[in-house]
Parts: sequence; C-alpha cells; structure tokens
Amino acid sequence: MARTLAMFTDTSLCIGCRACQVACKQWNELGPEVPDWTGSYQNHTHFTDKTFRLVRFFEAPGAAPNGDLAWLLMSDVCKHCADAGCLNACPTGAIYRTEHGTVNINQDVCNGCRYCVSACPFGVVSFNEQTGTATKCTFCNDRIHNGLGPACAKACPTESIQFGFRDDLVVKAQKRVETLKGMGFKEAQLYGADSKGFLGGLNAFFLLLGKPETYGLPVNPKLPQKNIFVDSLLSIGSAVLVGVGALMAFRSRGDGKEG
Amino acid sequence: MTTNLIDIQNSDVIMATSNMAENHPVGFQWVMKAKERGAKLIHVDPRFTRTSAAADIHAPLRSGTNIVFFGGMINYAIQNNLFFKDYVVHYTNAAFLIDPAFKTPTDLDGLFTGWDESKKSYDRSSWKYQLDAEGNPKRDNSLKDPQTVFQLLKRHYSRYTLDMVERVCGIPKARFEEISKLFCGNSGPDKTGTITYALNLTQHTNGVENIRALAMLQLLLGNIGRPGGGIVALRGHANVQGATDLELLYHELPGYLPMPLRDAHPDLKTYLEKETPKGGFWTNRPKFMVSLLKAFYGDAATKENEFGYQWLPKRASADAYSHQHMFVDMFHGKLKGFLADGQNPAVGGPNAKLARAAMGKLEWMVVADIFLTETAEFWKAPGTKPSDVKTEVFFLPMAPAAEKDGSLTNTMRLIQWHDAAVKPPGDCTSDADFFCRLAIRLQKLYAGSKKERDKGFLAANFKYGEKAEHPDIVEVLKEVNGVATEEIKDKDGKVVYKKGQPLNTFAHLTDDGKTNSGCWIYTGAIVEDKDGKIVNRTASRKPATKEDYLGHGWGFAWPANRRIIYNRASADLAGRPWSEKKKLIWWDHEAPGNEPDKKGKWVGMDVPDFNPFLDPAAKNGDKPFIMRADLVGAFFGPLNDGPFPEHYEPMESPTKNLLSKRQTNPVAKVWDVAEGKNPLAPVGSPDYPYVITTYRLTEHHLSGVMSRYLPMLAELHHSHFAELSHELAKELGIQNGEKVTVMSPRGKVHVTAMVTNRFKPFKIDGKTVHQIGVPWHWGFNGVPELPGSKGDITNDLSATVGDPNVYIQETKAFLCNVKKGVV
Repeated sequence: MARTLAMFTDTSLCIGCRACQVACKQWNELGPEVPDWTGSYQNHTHFTDKTFRLVRFFEAPGAAPNGDLAWLLMSDVCKHCADAGCLNACPTGAIYRTEHGTVNINQDVCNGCRYCVSACPFGVVSFNEQTGTATKCTFCNDRIHNGLGPACAKACPTESIQFGFRDDLVVKAQKRVETLKGMGFKEAQLYGADSKGFLGGLNAFFLLLGKPETYGLPVNPKLPQKNIFVDSLLSIGSAVLVGVGALMAFRSRGDGKEG
Repeated sequence: MTTNLIDIQNSDVIMATSNMAENHPVGFQWVMKAKERGAKLIHVDPRFTRTSAAADIHAPLRSGTNIVFFGGMINYAIQNNLFFKDYVVHYTNAAFLIDPAFKTPTDLDGLFTGWDESKKSYDRSSWKYQLDAEGNPKRDNSLKDPQTVFQLLKRHYSRYTLDMVERVCGIPKARFEEISKLFCGNSGPDKTGTITYALNLTQHTNGVENIRALAMLQLLLGNIGRPGGGIVALRGHANVQGATDLELLYHELPGYLPMPLRDAHPDLKTYLEKETPKGGFWTNRPKFMVSLLKAFYGDAATKENEFGYQWLPKRASADAYSHQHMFVDMFHGKLKGFLADGQNPAVGGPNAKLARAAMGKLEWMVVADIFLTETAEFWKAPGTKPSDVKTEVFFLPMAPAAEKDGSLTNTMRLIQWHDAAVKPPGDCTSDADFFCRLAIRLQKLYAGSKKERDKGFLAANFKYGEKAEHPDIVEVLKEVNGVATEEIKDKDGKVVYKKGQPLNTFAHLTDDGKTNSGCWIYTGAIVEDKDGKIVNRTASRKPATKEDYLGHGWGFAWPANRRIIYNRASADLAGRPWSEKKKLIWWDHEAPGNEPDKKGKWVGMDVPDFNPFLDPAAKNGDKPFIMRADLVGAFFGPLNDGPFPEHYEPMESPTKNLLSKRQTNPVAKVWDVAEGKNPLAPVGSPDYPYVITTYRLTEHHLSGVMSRYLPMLAELHHSHFAELSHELAKELGIQNGEKVTVMSPRGKVHVTAMVTNRFKPFKIDGKTVHQIGVPWHWGFNGVPELPGSKGDITNDLSATVGDPNVYIQETKAFLCNVKKGVV
C-alpha cells in the first residue's frame, strides 16, 4: 500500500466560511436540499446523501481562553477510519479501502442494504433514495488520483483543512497543539490522530479547541459490531430470565388453584 | 487601502472593525497567518461574528458610536504617551499652528467655529493654519503651543475618557483599556498594527469622519506607510475598487478628479485653477484632466475648445445625482427613465420601499442583469398590483465576469486580468458590448445635429478594435492606461513614444493634448516592451516569493505597481528604516543616482512612493504624504462636518448625545420626501426602542443576485432571519426559530428569530439598550424549490438620510421594534 493520505482539519484556523461545504457539493455534483432550522448558521443538521462536508457551529459561553464566549467552528467530514465500521459491515464488498488508505463505496456493487449506515459511529454514511445506494465522502477520489487534492482542502482560504501524507500531518498537528497550548488554549487536543487509539486512528483527524463532546463527537467511538458478543450474551441471558420468570409465574398460578 | 492584504502577515496587532472573516474570507488568511506568528487580533463589533470567533479579544460596541471608540483610543495613546512622537512631529501636521479664532466642540458644545444655524452649514474661514511670511504653516516642533494641531487634538479628545467610552459605546471600561493597551502598545519603531474597516464605518451620517478617526489613530501611532501597518479598507465586492477608480460615481471623474460643478467651474481654466493645489502631487492635475478629455473626445478635443470641457455634463449641486438624491427625485417625478445595470436598488438601497415606489413613477426602466432581479420585477412585489404600475420595463440578460474578458480591481488596488472562460449563453451580452452598441446607435440618431452640446457625444469614440459590436477589451485597457496621441520626442529629437503607443508611467502625461489617459492612476498597466510587443501587466501571474513578499509580479497595483502607499514613512528623516524588523524602503547612499556623477537612491522591497532620487536631506525629501498639498498626514483635516471627528448620535438613537447638546450631525443630509415616505423615530422612542444594524453573511452576496438564485448557496441559510439576545427574547417571549416582525417607522419585515449568545444587551449610561441584527440579502425572488431563499426586504426598514460629504446612507445604526409572530 502507498503511504496513507489524510486530511487534517485544524479547527483553530476555521472561520466557518463553508467554502469547503460548497466546493464539495460543486465538485461532487450534489444537489441542494431544503435546510432544517438548526437555530444557528449551521445547515444542514446531519450528513446526508447530498452533504458530505458539513461545517458545524457551537456556541460555548465562557470557553474562550479569556473566559469570553467561544464560537467553535468545525468542518466535519467522513473520517476514513483505519478500522472502518462501514467497510466491516458491507456484505457485498462494495466498500473497499484504496491504496491511499481511504474508504470508498463502489456504487455499481452497492446493493442498498444500509448495514453500513448503522455501522458508522459518526453518522457519516447516508442512503440515496434515487440511486438506492449508500454514499459518502471519498476524499474526492477522482481528484486525488489526478494530483489535485480534495475540493474542500483546495477551497479552504485559511488552510484549516490540510491534505497530505498522514505521518507528516500528524507531526505538524502535534506541533500546532503545543503552540496553541502556549497561547492559552489549554484544552487544545487532537482527535483521531493516534493510530493506536480508537478505530486504529482516523484518516481525517482534527485539532479541537475543547473536549470532543463540545463538538458533538463521541469521546471513545466504537464500532457497533464490537458489541455483538456482549449483546448476544445479554440477549441470551434475558431470554433465560424471561423463561424462568414465565415458569415461576405458571407455578404460582398452579399453586393458587390447588390452595 | 494604503497597504496590501499580504502585508497583514507582518502586523503585530490587527484591529478588525468590520466582519472580515465573513465578508473577506480569502483576505482573512493573512490575518490568520499573522496570528499563527503570534499577532493579536482585536475585533470591535456590536455582534459576535465569525471574526470574533477567531479573535483574541472582542469588544461589543453599540452601533453608531465609532468616533467615541477611536477618539477614546486617541486620548488613551496621548495620555499614556504611547504615540510615535518622531513620526507625528515630522510626518503629520501635528506641529502646525492653527488660526487663533478656531474653536472646537469642547468650547462650543458640540460645534466648531463658524456654525450658521439658518444655513445649516459652517463658515470655514477660521479652519486654517497660521502662515509665516513665506506662506508656509507656522510650526512648533515641541508640540507645546496651545494652538498646535496636537494640543487642539489632545484637548478635543480629552472629553473621550474611559468612562465616556463605557457610557456611550457600552464597552466596559476595563475591556476598553485592555484593548487600547494592546493596540497602542504594539505600535512604534519596531512594531506595527493595522486596522480593517468596511461598510461598518461608512454607512453612517458621519461615515467619512469615522474613517478619518481611525486614520488619525494610525497616524498617531505611526502606522501608515510601514510594513504591517496601514488602513485596510475592505471593499463591498470584487470590483468596487475598480468602479471607484474609473468613477462610476456622481461626484468624480476617472482617477479621482472632481466632477465639475455647473456654477463653480464654468470653464476648464477656472476648474483647473480651483481644483489644483499649490503643492503635492496633485499639482499635476491639469495633465490628468486634459489627458482624460483627450481619451473622451479624441481628435475633437483641442486646446482651442478647452479639450471639449464644455461638453462634459456638470453637477447642479454637491449632492445632485447621488444614489439617494436620485431616488428622491425619481419619486418626485423628476426622472422619466432609469437604466439599472448590475444593480438591485429594489433590495440593496436604503428605504427600498421608497425606491420601488419611485420606480413606479418612471415612464420606462431598463434593467440589465444576470437574473430577473427584484428591480426588474418591482411591479410584482408583494402588495403591488401589476396593473397599477405604468412603468414600461425592459430586461436585458447580461454576462457575469466569467463570460467576458476584462479586469477586476480588488480591495488592495490590484488590477487582475481574466479571459472569458465561456461565451455568454443566448442573447446575453457583456456590459461593454451593450454600451458600445447602444452608443453607436445613438450616435447614428444624433448624426447631423448642429447643436453644440451634441458635438462631444458625436466625437466620442466607442469603437475598440475591429468589430464595433464586440469591443476588444485590451484596446479599452490601452485607452484607460493612456497612449501618445502623436509622436513624442525628447529634447534631443529622439522618439520616445510613437503615435498610439501606450505610456509607461503617468509621469509622462502632458496637459497639451499629446497624451490621453482614461484613468491616470492606471498608467503603466499595459506597456510596450523593447520589441514593440504589448505587455498586459495586469495579466502577469508571478506569485510572491521570500525576496518579493509583496508579489510585484502578480497583476498590477495602482499607482505604479506600488503595494504600500506613502512608503517613504517606513524610513526615518534620514532615510533609514525605523527598525530592522520593520524595514521596507530606505535611502541607499551608494546606489547609482539618476545622473552619472550622482549617487543615492531609494531602494527596498516596494516601489518607492516618492521621487526615487530625492535625497532625504533635500527640500521635501522628508515628506512622505505626497498626495497632500502640505505633504504631511492630516490630523487637522477639514470636512463638511469639521476638522476633527466629533461624536454625534445616529439620526435615530435610543439615547441623548452624552458629549454635547448636539444630538445628531448638524450637517447630516435628511431628504424631504413627499407623502411621508421618510419618517424618523424620535430620540428614545418608546415605539421603536431597539437599535438595529444590517449586514451581510459569507454565504450570500449583496442583494442576493449572485447567491439567492444559486441553489448551492441559497440552501446555506434556512430563511431570512433576525439575530437577537436571549435576554431580549425572554422579555418578548420569543423562542429560537419562531417568526417575528421587525418594524421601523418606514416599514416592516417578517423573519425567523435566531436567539443567540452572540448578541448581548448594552448598558448605555446605566440603562439597558437592546440591539438586534438583520442581514439584508433577501428579496421576493429566489430558487423556487428552496422557499427560504426568498424573504422580506430588510432595507424597507432603513431611512433616506446621508453623510454630509458623500451622502452615503445610515443603514448600520437606526431604531426598530420587534414583535412576536407575524403582525
């Protein structure tokens, strides 16, 4: 496999302009959709089959280094996890890993079973009703195979979204965290950069200025499949208990008749 | 803009007064670069925006109180001795002595000397320097004489105390002090700060004085003409700078030459005498004006006929033909026809309801645009019965920038060429095609006219290149640049320019008709190389490098490809950089001079804004502000409202003016409009208790013509909305996402309430004052499948009032009421 390519989104440089969101729609020819009222500038609420890049807005009173309001802006995207739930769940082999480490869905092979939709811990994979297939960000597969880099990274005016080799970007990101800590951002941290961490590391990783939960991100995301063994035991246990309960109930009733 | 966006990366502190991250996100990358280096970003804005999100500190100030903020900071810098004394003494008029009769609002309770209540204007005879026997301003370099500009300035702003800032602007004293310390403390010989502004400062009844106030602060701190310093004037869209330079304006001719007034300028001689100062670079004005007339009228412009000066239209009065004046006249039935080219005043102009009513009084209207705008369809605005509208409306489909050749001049005076990417579809044409074709057809209609007034129009050239119907834009650029109208030889008889050859520099323009130039500041944009090949410098694309960080090989910046103007100020009196860290240009004693036996030249990282061979020790060799008659930066600078910016409340305000008895700018323009179409709310009106400001969002463009019709942009905001604080929402029982009605004495809009922590009530002189914000992008047209792309017109709320110098509207601060639900 070639060196892993990755996307590093430094939220401390994000100005929430949403150029990435629009560039993504334009390049991938995703149509518009009637937006929800989210109560803020954010639109839409979730990733959809027409929205692969989504800038999220969070008002956090008191979270700025000087105790002021912070308006946390985060351009969110498919994480292309090293241990990808969608890929594991796909029964047809439509979801595959490229030589660059990215995770794509082959639209010709996808049968629309949607197992991948529920298998994604980040709610990224969406179902397209028109084509009957699952769909998501590909890091602009066509562009990166032609040396262009993803449309979102290209459009970002402040270099908040950086695209490159994962190992280089992780080093850069770690330095940036130290710089920010020195500037008073005590909570500055990386999310998904550690390849020994959750999901084997994310190929789209983030620099956050606060705890992951402030950004609506799971603290320790897990694949639903990992719960199968425990869940199965629980189900069996429950079944046994219900059975025992039922037997007890019948016995009691029987006792009553006799008494 | 005195500087260059790229140069912001060299700032030690940046004070953004506009919402730069949202409205100029691409330029904002240089702010982020400076921040990565450790520079501090201050954001001064009534709202907490995406710029505040990136800032180190945010100061919310009540809309319309900018002069108190800047005045307070000027006072702070002087009181704490944080100003750049050497710069102030030598490069500004601070040391000049003012006429003893001159008095300021400190003495006259809000007025300057010379106020005439009946005329509502000032007699400016005392607003002047004391002159010595040779006619030069008297000066006191110690700055101690009470009549020095510095002492008058100090006294004037001594009223703008920390307490006053807190009471008027609503910024807590400690926060203002912290910001003042941060900004003023990061300026000086080895540090510089920059200030950005946009329509946040201009759209007020003291708009020009707002800009003056920040310019004065920058002069005081020595931040003009130096790397990382300057005034970053952010333009409202991609080519506003170009439109201003070429003067699609009512009061100026291309290249900042005043548009002649009917009574004051009866002939060219009088015009040039009155408008040409005695000193500074504008002494060349006759060369620029004559070359402009030659560009307009060609061979028909001769010395004998004043180069066609009499054919120029003249202004009837100072405000005549300004935007608001025009719409008032239109409403009063004084205009029969109107051509709106790429403009949407039914949405974008102030008091838009009045604008639409005025359009209904026209006989005909032509709208040339890329979509069917609300202006093109004003006759079917909600509440209008189309059969009642008698105006005949024609719509011409036009081509946007990507479908035509040409240039855009961006906010940093940078002219960038682009070729058409695709041909315009169907009947769509470029503006140039349309106007040239129209003019040539009109010339045919006028052909044979014996009237003197028609001669100029008949003589004017509208043919550029081979095809009259498709003008060659490179030929247009050549005319704008200027060419030799006949062969020009030097004193030795050597041909310098052959006939028709583009000129290399505006220094070669003449006032005898041998050169033409459609806009003198653009001269040098297109030139001929040694082999006689045309070189369009605006099309060059050499990125900035370490050695040339300002990127002189990318496009062409006027004037003379200079990236930081007044850059002589980057060096001290002797021509040495103020510090190694902040060097830009300097005097090199050893460099070869302009004559074989002479040495010495200005060198460095930018094109000197100065005679490159003028020794610092020579006369005026230490005077950087060459566009001013007295060659120094002006603290004392008379405008129609006075020589120093003074705070007055907006025309509609929730509070009395705490600085003087004068509630509003005494010379502000308020138009009388028939049928009660311009009512104003009184001070502290109980019916309209809240301050409102209007603004733009990243996702939309201006009146929405380039965004509301494009699905991918239109979907980014759910619907038209008003932003308000949790505190006000609680008082009014409004939930986030609920429909509300915002009303002013002029009109009302129905919008969605966005309740947010980003708005907070102000404490103004101890009382709570709420402010809300409403973007102005929406109109009744949009993308059919996205209902939220359509909405009420925010400018139906704003008033027909203006600044006394340029008559810009006051849409950043006025009064409103908010009611729950649709009422």
